[in-house]
Amino acid sequence: MTDLLLSEAEKMFIIHGVQDNLRVDGRSCDDYRHIELETDVVSSANGSARLKLSQTDVLVGVKADLTTPPTDNPDVGTLEFFVDCSANAAPTFEGRGGEDLARDISSTLARAYSSDRCSSSMLKALCVVPSEQCWVLYIDILILECGGSLYDAVSIAVKAALSSTKVPVVKVTSSDGGKPELELSDDPYDSLRINVKHAPCNVTLSKIGHSHVVDASLEEEVCSLASLMMAVTEEGTVTMLKKSACGSLHPESIYEMLETGKNVGLNLNKQLTRQLLDEECLHTQMGTNREPKGFL
Amino acid sequence: MAVDLRLSCRIKQKPTTIYKEPDHLVTPGDVITTDTGFMRGHGTYMEDDKLYASVAGTVERVNKLICVQPLKSRYSGEVGDVVVGRIAEVGQKRWKVDTNSRLDSALLLSSVNLPGGELRRKTAEDELMMRQYLSEGDLISAEVQAVFHDGALSLHTRSLKYGKLSQGTLVKVSPSLVKRRKTHFHNLPCGASVIVGNNGYIWISPTVNEEADSTGGFVQDLNPVATADREVVARLHNCILAMARHRMMLSDTSIIYTYEASLAIGSLVKDLLKPEMESEVVTMARERLETES
Repeated sequence: MTDLLLSEAEKMFIIHGVQDNLRVDGRSCDDYRHIELETDVVSSANGSARLKLSQTDVLVGVKADLTTPPTDNPDVGTLEFFVDCSANAAPTFEGRGGEDLARDISSTLARAYSSDRCSSSMLKALCVVPSEQCWVLYIDILILECGGSLYDAVSIAVKAALSSTKVPVVKVTSSDGGKPELELSDDPYDSLRINVKHAPCNVTLSKIGHSHVVDASLEEEVCSLASLMMAVTEEGTVTMLKKSACGSLHPESIYEMLETGKNVGLNLNKQLTRQLLDEECLHTQMGTNREPKGFL
Repeated sequence: MAVDLRLSCRIKQKPTTIYKEPDHLVTPGDVITTDTGFMRGHGTYMEDDKLYASVAGTVERVNKLICVQPLKSRYSGEVGDVVVGRIAEVGQKRWKVDTNSRLDSALLLSSVNLPGGELRRKTAEDELMMRQYLSEGDLISAEVQAVFHDGALSLHTRSLKYGKLSQGTLVKVSPSLVKRRKTHFHNLPCGASVIVGNNGYIWISPTVNEEADSTGGFVQDLNPVATADREVVARLHNCILAMARHRMMLSDTSIIYTYEASLAIGSLVKDLLKPEMESEVVTMARERLETES
């Protein structure tokens, strides 16, 4: 991602640390760094979230639009992921430099959200008139800073943004001549919420030495030869699995990594759901008095 | 398996009571003075007979000269500074070193001590062997020997205390947080050594005994570090990051105080990554610094 150089001795220090289950910042192999989350930060979007995972900084906005559903799936809405790597995050992202990474992140997300369970629970609600009209959610992801485990940060932020998304309620009034007429509700608070119960969170496991770690920092990512990404839902279903980087993985270690990834993913989802509930309560309590913390 | 996920609004920022905002704080575009009797220094510009700040920082006045000392900047070196740098490029008779300054610094082949420590003229063979001594990515500690006319630094490692760094971890902070001291090499009582580079690069490593390490770092010990030492290094790493985040000046005393504060409240090393723990530890260390000075 970024061309960070490390000396041999530093790499040894990191690798031995992972072996000892005591990483450079004192975490054990399956600890995440501190994550800071805020939803509804962009007032012009239907839903948004901003997430900071140590140095990693991600902003996600969701915009809803009406469109005709795909012919092979006429009764569901769709999700469109778009990732923009800001040149502020890394100088290599300047111009078209971040496009490869952006494409990779958006395809990974699209795959994670394409499972049947996910689409049946989430996307069904986005259908307005089967095979005529449905909602498309444009999920725009802006990467402001990279500090390791970008995929995980993005996926958590996306889930949070989706849970805060308010899609206006649309009524189908008449259908003269086969064309249904849509009427938007007058009440701006009358909105449809998305059920994110089956939305997955990404967990990246990086193989360092003979062990694997979650939430690798940039330095640790340099020491890792191969990593396994998995999208895990709240129930522990793995909706996506992907191996990245050039190294190879032993089948046995893949099993171990899957086991850890699933447990960590379950925990991550649990925490996220609890925080999102808390945020929801705060929103209803404070109403419009809420002052978003945003970027200050 | 800990996931510490929290909402921004739930993170309490404890106001640090003893911390007082510096006087004369300006942001770019602020008018410093409309008086024309002053001279324009670094970080300022003149327009319509008014003196404006061009960087965010504190205004400093020496007689008639007004400058703005930026709060966050790249490192601008001075002769005699101790720096920690990373080799970025191996070139003709010199290494290019990243020292967090605007331009890469140069470490000339003629200003290093070769392995073995003997002093002699460098030959063509030495030039061919340069990558064996120091290659891209290697970390070194060095001293600023000279500043070139374009602001680039020339470094030297002609002393046994300088040279290649072995196992340990690097923390990057703002150079404005590092105080200039008589010595920047510290063997802390907790069992780790810290090199507080003037350029804001701070090297933390387990202490090695002196007589074994007289090779200028060219022979490296890559054996695993004991877990106890590793924990000390990790704790120092987190303490220094916490201090940097709370804009506390870094010196050996302040680092030790923060370290001891973190032990005193009985926190685990990884707990120091949490914002409330960070501010608690830093506040404790600040109070102690205040009372003892």
